Amino acid sequence: MPVASLNTAWFALIGLLWAGYFVLEGFDFGVGILTSLVAREEVERRLCLNSIGPTWDANEVWLLVAGGATFAAFPTWYATMFSGFYLALFLVLVGLIVRGVSIEFRGRRRSPAWRATWDRARFWGSLVPALLWGVAFTDLVHGLPIRPGGLYYGGLLGLVHPIAILGGLVSLSLFSLHGAVFLSAKTSGELAARARRWARWLAGPTVILTAGLLVWLGVSTSSTPVVDGLPAVVPLVLGALAVGAIALAFWATGRHRDGVAFAATAGAVLGLAAAAFSELFPRVMVSTVAGGSLTIWNAASAHETLFVMTVVAAIFTPFVLAYQGWSYWVFRQRLIRPPSPPVPPEWFGGGDAAGGTGPGRSQQGVGAGP
Amino acid sequence: MITTLLDRWQFGVTTVYHFLFVPLTIGLALLVAIMQTIAYLRHDEDWDRASRFFGQIFLIGFIMGVVTGIVEEFQFGMNWSNYSVFVGNIFGAPLAIEGLLAFFMESTFIGLWIFGRDKLPARLHLATIWIVSFGTILSAFFILVANAWMQHPVGYTIVDHKALLTNFWVVLANSTVWAEFIHTVLAAFVTGGMFLLGVAAWKMLQGHDSAAFQKVARLAAVFTLVCVIGTVISGDVQARLMDQQQPMKMAAAEAQYTTQAGASFSVLTMWNLSGQPIFQLRIPHLLSLISDFSWDAAVPGIHQLQAAESRRYGAGNYTPIVWVTYWSFRLMVGLGFLMLAVAGWAVWLARRRRLQRSRWFLRVAVLSIAAPFLANTFGWLFTEVGRQPWVVEDLMKTAQAISPNVGLASVALTLGGFTALYTVLGVIDAMLVLRFARRPLVDADESAGSGHEPSLVY
Repeated sequence: MPVASLNTAWFALIGLLWAGYFVLEGFDFGVGILTSLVAREEVERRLCLNSIGPTWDANEVWLLVAGGATFAAFPTWYATMFSGFYLALFLVLVGLIVRGVSIEFRGRRRSPAWRATWDRARFWGSLVPALLWGVAFTDLVHGLPIRPGGLYYGGLLGLVHPIAILGGLVSLSLFSLHGAVFLSAKTSGELAARARRWARWLAGPTVILTAGLLVWLGVSTSSTPVVDGLPAVVPLVLGALAVGAIALAFWATGRHRDGVAFAATAGAVLGLAAAAFSELFPRVMVSTVAGGSLTIWNAASAHETLFVMTVVAAIFTPFVLAYQGWSYWVFRQRLIRPPSPPVPPEWFGGGDAAGGTGPGRSQQGVGAGP
Repeated sequence: MITTLLDRWQFGVTTVYHFLFVPLTIGLALLVAIMQTIAYLRHDEDWDRASRFFGQIFLIGFIMGVVTGIVEEFQFGMNWSNYSVFVGNIFGAPLAIEGLLAFFMESTFIGLWIFGRDKLPARLHLATIWIVSFGTILSAFFILVANAWMQHPVGYTIVDHKALLTNFWVVLANSTVWAEFIHTVLAAFVTGGMFLLGVAAWKMLQGHDSAAFQKVARLAAVFTLVCVIGTVISGDVQARLMDQQQPMKMAAAEAQYTTQAGASFSVLTMWNLSGQPIFQLRIPHLLSLISDFSWDAAVPGIHQLQAAESRRYGAGNYTPIVWVTYWSFRLMVGLGFLMLAVAGWAVWLARRRRLQRSRWFLRVAVLSIAAPFLANTFGWLFTEVGRQPWVVEDLMKTAQAISPNVGLASVALTLGGFTALYTVLGVIDAMLVLRFARRPLVDADESAGSGHEPSLVY
């Protein structure tokens, strides 16, 4: 079977989409978790939220495009994975829904109880997906009892193999680290310092967990060599680079080199995702049942579909990357704690004693406010 | 059996709910863009305040459309894995393209619009909301490419129990796509327009910022009238396509049980609990006149179509639930004409500068906010229930389409979970919209936005 083909290209593209999703939404999850830990007052919570405010939604779209591309290019993979991971995905969905709504709704009323409730929602809505994505992808690589024809009947319990739980802890700690580093780069002063401290605390455990996962996966998969797969050294090296990147992040935060640290944690997420996909190749879902593995051949759409998708992707992806990149450029500034205004502002659910000014603030209408 | 029923209910609940918010998002995105444009061109403070006011309400609904949309994309794989494998070659592509082209556009530029008011030059900031609007319409297009293929499959061939793509242009040029797209998007614009009109009317009833809201109401009235007329016309076009492409659906919509030359039009049909029609009020020849512009044209009946499909596809029930199809179709159309009347009344009053004083109209306008949401829901119920038992017309039945590895307990859990979560969020959303609708129009704060201090919008 020719490996250089549209099937391989789409495998790589989908890998890139998932990797991109984890790099981008990863720090959104991390910020969502860390905010409850590093922010000590209302204005700091708002600073954390506003650091991801302009870009979190577009980051989440990477998931939709990754899922959609999987559906289009490898319908059997999409069907087997999404039905097989049914309850886990349900929990992820609930998390994403609750997190998204909490970001939009939180500031719309001044009530501390309202805001505290949405803060909790954001925390759990970030933590649960951050954990479960690691479980899901570890299961993908490690293998599940998928019957030939592409159906997994093991339910939720079948997904929580100890190695998958470790994988979940890895993604949770890495995304939290990634988020902490992001906060240290996007905020300033005391808040950023606290984020930096959290990053340094998280780095060690993350290295240990990640290395442990890679060793365990390496050992458990080495016994079954993959036909037409990449050399075993490839995922190994990528994994090692990822661990190295985490160490680099630790070093950089110590030197207050926040940009370098962020690039490092992004690189770590990228490296792990690349390791996972390079380990998978040419399979898309590994089965512990003989003949049950889904591959880039038996799970794929036919040539016409892949061709059409390739043309569309080739034309439009550069645009998308360009305007998304521009959007990040527009919002590249560090967020500074605003000075206290003489009167708490009314707009958008109102402010608080410590500040929060911005466009459209009005000093009137206090009586009609929430 | 029960699992299939629960799968269907979950898809129905989550999709109807998603489609409560999406048309409002599409409609308001365009209307907010229009209002912000008028404000920019005329340096008009009333329009500036109004665009911000409705912009906030737009955002409260937008997030609900976004988060419920993720469920939509995942649900095909989760609950309908057999369907996904069968149609993925053709159905997956528009979904992926929708994400790549439309969702990225919407989500990136909405962030720029929300947070970039002080950072971007005014013209560029204005462009961002227009791009969001364009993104929402593009999104509608691609998802309807997918749905239209389910109603009227084209550009495919069956190989190895899967539908494979033969020609993507044919899939895009499917007549069903264009009828659905134009009708659905115009209906979404009507949703935004009726909402705008209703809220403006409510504010005028209370005497809050009446001058500004009168301007809004005039815009909403004209906009809505034009779009309702378009919706009605495109709806008619779509119905005539359905006569040819999905005759059983239309027979059920009209409770036309037997093929009849010079078919009568049902004004009212009532059924007993076993689904047998027990009372019919019909006008002779009218259905043939409406559907074929002919006194004697034959309109196919449910019984004959059922027999024909049984011969072609094997024994089975090829008849959808007639009373649901019938009533959802009629209620959709009825509400459409109601909205036409309200919008027409509004334009008539607006031209005479009598909107503010006509308190009866204002009350009707407020109550009519519900109309487009009901019409949208009935429209989707009609078109999806009317297609049954097919999930892909003439190619795959809904009963064959589910995920065999997702058991009853799992589906029951998620059906309950989504329903509960959506109910809670829906109530909160409505409460917030009400809150923000009660606020006065606020001025832009002149001292804000020095450019050095990034704004804390959230």
